[in-house]
Amino acid sequence: MPVTGWGWRQWCLIAPPFLWLFIFFLLPLGVVAAISLTQAADTIPPYTPLFTHGPDGLQAQASFANYRLLARSDVRAYGNSLGFAALATALCLLVGYPIAFAIARAPKAWRNPLLFFVILPFWTSLLIRVYAWITILQPTGLLNRALEDLGLINQPLLLIYNGFSVVLGLVYAYLPFMILPLYGSLSQLDESLLEAAADLGARPARVFREIVLPLSLPGVAAGALLVFIPAIGEFVIPDLLGGPGTLMVGKVLWQEFFDNVDWPEAAAVAMVLVVLLTAPLLLAQRLAERAT
Amino acid sequence: MSRRITLFRAAVLALGFGFLYLPIALLIAYSFNASRLVAVWGGWSLHWYGALIDDDKFRDAAWNSLRIGMMAASLALMLGTGAGFAIARFTRFPGRLVFSFMLMAPLVVPEVILGLSLLLLFVASQAWFGWPASRGLLTVTIAHATFGSCFVAVLVRAQLAGFDHTLEEAALDLGARPFSVLWRVILPGISPALVSGWLLAFTLSLDDLVVASFVSGPSATTLPMAVYSSVRIGVTPEINALATVFLAVVIVIVTLAFSLIARQERRRLARR
Repeated sequence: MPVTGWGWRQWCLIAPPFLWLFIFFLLPLGVVAAISLTQAADTIPPYTPLFTHGPDGLQAQASFANYRLLARSDVRAYGNSLGFAALATALCLLVGYPIAFAIARAPKAWRNPLLFFVILPFWTSLLIRVYAWITILQPTGLLNRALEDLGLINQPLLLIYNGFSVVLGLVYAYLPFMILPLYGSLSQLDESLLEAAADLGARPARVFREIVLPLSLPGVAAGALLVFIPAIGEFVIPDLLGGPGTLMVGKVLWQEFFDNVDWPEAAAVAMVLVVLLTAPLLLAQRLAERAT
Repeated sequence: MSRRITLFRAAVLALGFGFLYLPIALLIAYSFNASRLVAVWGGWSLHWYGALIDDDKFRDAAWNSLRIGMMAASLALMLGTGAGFAIARFTRFPGRLVFSFMLMAPLVVPEVILGLSLLLLFVASQAWFGWPASRGLLTVTIAHATFGSCFVAVLVRAQLAGFDHTLEEAALDLGARPFSVLWRVILPGISPALVSGWLLAFTLSLDDLVVASFVSGPSATTLPMAVYSSVRIGVTPEINALATVFLAVVIVIVTLAFSLIARQERRRLARR
């Protein structure tokens, strides 16, 4: 709701966060773009300057070598990231929808406590929660031991350091981000629509397909973006639960930066990721603007 | 389609919450395990808590994380409250689209990008302006305040959407200065968002591994960085004990804050 009477004073509120975010979020992305055109070097900082002063004046030393290297060696990691993120998003939707629905239809006094317990894991450390899965999934872990004790298996199942554990970890970590927007849509459903449909003889499955699902699509879209975008660049989960066959972009970037000390290559990896995420980010912004 | 718990819905909720909480519950249970082997139960023991208390590495890291968290959350609260108010109440101003993009994007942009880009900014700015002279508590605080402020802004904006704006309009009509309306009417009215915003920014700072790893220096190892380096070496029960302490602190604070907020809300509604 617009409020008038602020005049020039509105800038006292807008300017500090605007400048802060410009300097510490938008500007750094430009720096990444610039560094991605330089070369790694044994200097401090460890990259060649983008411009040099020579006898011929100021000269740009930009090169696309980092992007060429990336196209040769990192395509699989991008493919893995997109694939795992898409699969995790679909599974979050599949698991999260019934949960959000059950919470939205629960007695009123229950809903806030239930929501609170959906959000609570988000307030606790992701690192610790992912670490917990190692103790469950590893070959000598709790799950394999339980299955062996029950006599269901003779040798440990390979549950970790593969695609299964990475997707499981992603679904586990991002499920609350799917449930919340879904609940937002589902809790605003007009009860009388559902009652009218039921009175007119529609079966529950049809009510769901023709009324509930279409009306919850904004929640589905918001949830999907909230899971998909950060999952693509996830580092902790593929690092702790993944193996050599499940390399994801976030981990490639980390290795280029910390293990190979190739900052320009890491910057190139980040730039391609930013470009990939631009469309979903703009879509997310449009959804957020329409919601208010 | 009625508002009740059917068998199916109860089963869905039980399975869903089981999935979310089973790993946490096992972690807590095994922190009291006497055995060194992670998956073998060797009886109850507080051994790993003793080992944790004697471990300087974790103690120093926890102190760093607490200081960073407090500073970053307070900065994020100031920046995020102004931003959330501006985006909710000022519907037209030049740069609004860029502003709302900058407020939304850090919520979802992968942490590796936030971390790398800020580090490269700090390095470039050090080369050109000599600031920041070194990387450590200050740079991590700046990084955490940046994404923290976006989370605060979301909460403030959401609460303002449900806030009765006739109150502030009446105050403005009656000649109150805008800033005293903000201070006396709006901020008290959205205090639940301010409390949960500060807490969210604080716990996000306390949890962050990736961004801190990029922008921190050798002098400022945070708790998640210390945990990560020992998890990489191997799973040890000491981490279970640390995780349990960490979870207990977060859960107690968050639960207290939310029950306080809920009580305040009920009182406010009862007064009407």
